[in-house]
Amino acid sequence: MGEDDLRQMIGRVKNGSLSRRGFVRRMAALGLTAPMATQLLAISGAGSAQAQSVPAYRPTRRGGGGALKVLYWQASTLLNPHFAVGTTNQDSSRVFYEPLAGWAADGTLHPILAAEIPSLENGGLSADGRSVTWKLKRGVKWHDGQDFSADDVIFNWEYSRNAAVAAVTSGSYRDVNAVKVDDHTVRVEFAQPTPFWADAFVAATGQLIPKHLFQAFNGANSRDAPTNLRPVGTGPYRFSSFLPGDMLRGELNPNYHMNNRPFFDTIEVKGGGDAVSAARAVLQTGDYDYAWNLQVEDDLLKRLEAANRGRVNIVEGGGIEFVQLNVTDPNREVDGERSHISTTHPAFSDPAVRQAMALLIDRNALEQFIYGRGGPATANFLNNPPRFTSPNMRWEFSIQKANELLDAAGWVRGRDGIRAKNNVRLRFIYQTSVNAPRQRTQAVYKQAAQRAGIDLELKSVTASVFFSSDVANPDTFTKFYADMQMYTTTMPQADPQRFMNQYVSWEMSTRANSWQGRNIVRWKNDEYDAAFRSAESEIDPIKRAALFIRMNDLIVGSNHIIPLVKRPTVSGSLNNLRHVLSGWDGTFWAIQDWWRET
Amino acid sequence: MLQYLFRRLLIAIPSLLGISVILFTVLALAPGDPFEELATNPAIPPEVRMALRASLGIDDPVHIRYFRWLTAMLQGNWGFSFVSRVDVDQLILQRLPVTLVVIGLSQVLALAIALPVGIMAATRPYSIFDQVANTLAFVGFSLPTFFTGLLLILLFSIHLDWLPFVYRAQIDASGWQWWWQHIKQSIMPIMVLGLFQGAAWTRFVRSAVLDVVRLDYVTTARAKGIPERRVINRHVVRNALIPVVTLVALQMPAVFGGAIVTEQIFRVPGIGSLLISAVLANDTPVIMAVTFVFACLVIFFNLLADVIYGWLDPRISYN
Repeated sequence: MGEDDLRQMIGRVKNGSLSRRGFVRRMAALGLTAPMATQLLAISGAGSAQAQSVPAYRPTRRGGGGALKVLYWQASTLLNPHFAVGTTNQDSSRVFYEPLAGWAADGTLHPILAAEIPSLENGGLSADGRSVTWKLKRGVKWHDGQDFSADDVIFNWEYSRNAAVAAVTSGSYRDVNAVKVDDHTVRVEFAQPTPFWADAFVAATGQLIPKHLFQAFNGANSRDAPTNLRPVGTGPYRFSSFLPGDMLRGELNPNYHMNNRPFFDTIEVKGGGDAVSAARAVLQTGDYDYAWNLQVEDDLLKRLEAANRGRVNIVEGGGIEFVQLNVTDPNREVDGERSHISTTHPAFSDPAVRQAMALLIDRNALEQFIYGRGGPATANFLNNPPRFTSPNMRWEFSIQKANELLDAAGWVRGRDGIRAKNNVRLRFIYQTSVNAPRQRTQAVYKQAAQRAGIDLELKSVTASVFFSSDVANPDTFTKFYADMQMYTTTMPQADPQRFMNQYVSWEMSTRANSWQGRNIVRWKNDEYDAAFRSAESEIDPIKRAALFIRMNDLIVGSNHIIPLVKRPTVSGSLNNLRHVLSGWDGTFWAIQDWWRET
Repeated sequence: MLQYLFRRLLIAIPSLLGISVILFTVLALAPGDPFEELATNPAIPPEVRMALRASLGIDDPVHIRYFRWLTAMLQGNWGFSFVSRVDVDQLILQRLPVTLVVIGLSQVLALAIALPVGIMAATRPYSIFDQVANTLAFVGFSLPTFFTGLLLILLFSIHLDWLPFVYRAQIDASGWQWWWQHIKQSIMPIMVLGLFQGAAWTRFVRSAVLDVVRLDYVTTARAKGIPERRVINRHVVRNALIPVVTLVALQMPAVFGGAIVTEQIFRVPGIGSLLISAVLANDTPVIMAVTFVFACLVIFFNLLADVIYGWLDPRISYN
């Protein structure tokens, strides 16, 4: 089915001659998943996605829910969202501060301080993609009683992009222009047509701080603001106490701007310790209501769940564990730089070898015996949100096929059983970080490769070195001085633009850019580059989704990237806790909607 | 005496400087930086991270950073944490009360066990009591705290459900309820640390008393007809305790330093957990401050032990 047919059908849904359900059913018959079909409707303005993205909130009055106790095995250290280096700090700021909108689990926007989500229909989005107009909710008050207005929103833009402040969020604000239209309207302007307009003022980096308390600290003295540690926000909970690196406590905000919310009288976020005991404190002893990011073996989680007090939540995001086959030669030095982009890998330049490598990893075994529910096997690099999932990729595990392929390509087994051709032996250094599941995956891969006459030399590097940006260290993942490597890459937003830039040619990781480039595998493909360039300015959401799907197919089809398993976030909660989680936003993105069933 | 003190303090200055240089260089050589998490986050452009590094002065050469740190430290400015942007001295002060209470009480517990048991065992060497005490002491200091900690959690928190295993520094209760909850959550960490330390000290007290109890003057005291109790308390223990006092004094810096492993297991917000999280986050100013304070305390208590030693044993002079 072509784009035109799709458009016609969406048009029929819009004018009412085709039901939404009928549309979804037809799409399913064509091999498109139901969520993808729903989202196609939503993004083209024919669906009420916002209503579905967040589950119903039942409590009929504010408060009375007692204490909500949350465990993080990493402790938060500060409460200014503009200084939040990691998720832990972004999350703890989120208890008090709110953005204009957050990302729901299905990858759609959900309004929080915005009156509505801007769209072409309501005039929020300009047709040329150069600006977005946010209407702010009226009657919102800061915890100290002051009114929330457009001035606060503009101030956040000024604060974040001020170099003297040294804000971590500046990446979201420095290239846009924010204009106050009136007291409750703000317009964000872009230099180029920008289809992904929901970055500034949205989600974790969009949390808004009050102008009246921070304006005196908009500069080099930003560190001295007392409100950095005693937040005054608009959120459902007011600040009560904070011990950096240990515990954060809040109490119900009686003037919260959403009806009947919040449900809990107090909230407590305790940090520190380890993931296993955090899982125990929720699932086994029930001392806490919710435990964040349980990177714990699935077997253990299942055993703890057997106590029947709590359950494990698996929330899909874009994280993916994958293998890279180096495009360049890591063993040849050009101008003092290994894996130089002018070289080609002696073995991986043969598509047959890459295809054989892709056939030799048993993703099913990885899912079943190593990752469990925390790692479903996948054939795609871009897995989520569903509207960007390619239906075209398949994965297969077959040692026999790999052998046949290599035989046909002329790679002959030597006396030691390792294949070679023209003095190039299929012997690869396979590196990853020190991490139990990764070492087990390496072993699984090595075993299968051996049976196809490929010898993998396993190497594991301490995570703090592997993932560091240390220019002097040869073992970092961005240098990629190995034949293959494996790690997880995450997708911070429900939009793939900042995710799929990992394979564009101008992002190559080289010495010239201190190995800061995102294209670590150093792959170059003109069609991919062109597709990415058009996606950057393509306003039509359906065309844009098709472009990203094409990019996924190109990179995965090249077999320089071998996707292994998806990495959804895993958390634990008590059975009676009704929470709203999302893989595209922080844990507390909808903390106002959490409640407890009694 | 004063001259001795003065000389010791003068010697302490170069050693502290040496310690700070070594600490600083090791930290500078260690891989990683406090903004590592930003490096793997594609939403944050590398330039932002570079600007952050520059604004905190991480990119300057090591020796310049060291002298900047040193001059600030000499003026009483301990710097601020890269991660929380809070002054380091404030961070340490916040953690001090919990550390002093938990670690301090565990040392008191250790002494309360080690002294009577060690003395009893030494006065009746190779009796059943001595054998049992010895065995338990060996078991006690052979089991690492991370193991006994987990064991206690499994038993008292998970199987019996008597004690909480997540420590909360602030408790919303008043009166006896407040005390009760604090005692309940502190029992396990104090036990784990106290029993470990107590076991080691028991062995030490036993051998110290055993050395003294065989001396001639003890026999003389007994021959004079002084009651056994008085012989032990007055003549034996007093003399035997001199080395023990030194040992305990040298242990005192650890009270301030916290116990990294135990604090991590029970989530006690002490200085040990501050140090380990700073190390994991490459938060140099915090690591520097905590380790440097620790070094100062070690030197200070060493000096104190030497002074007390002379006061307890008049035969030692400082000339």
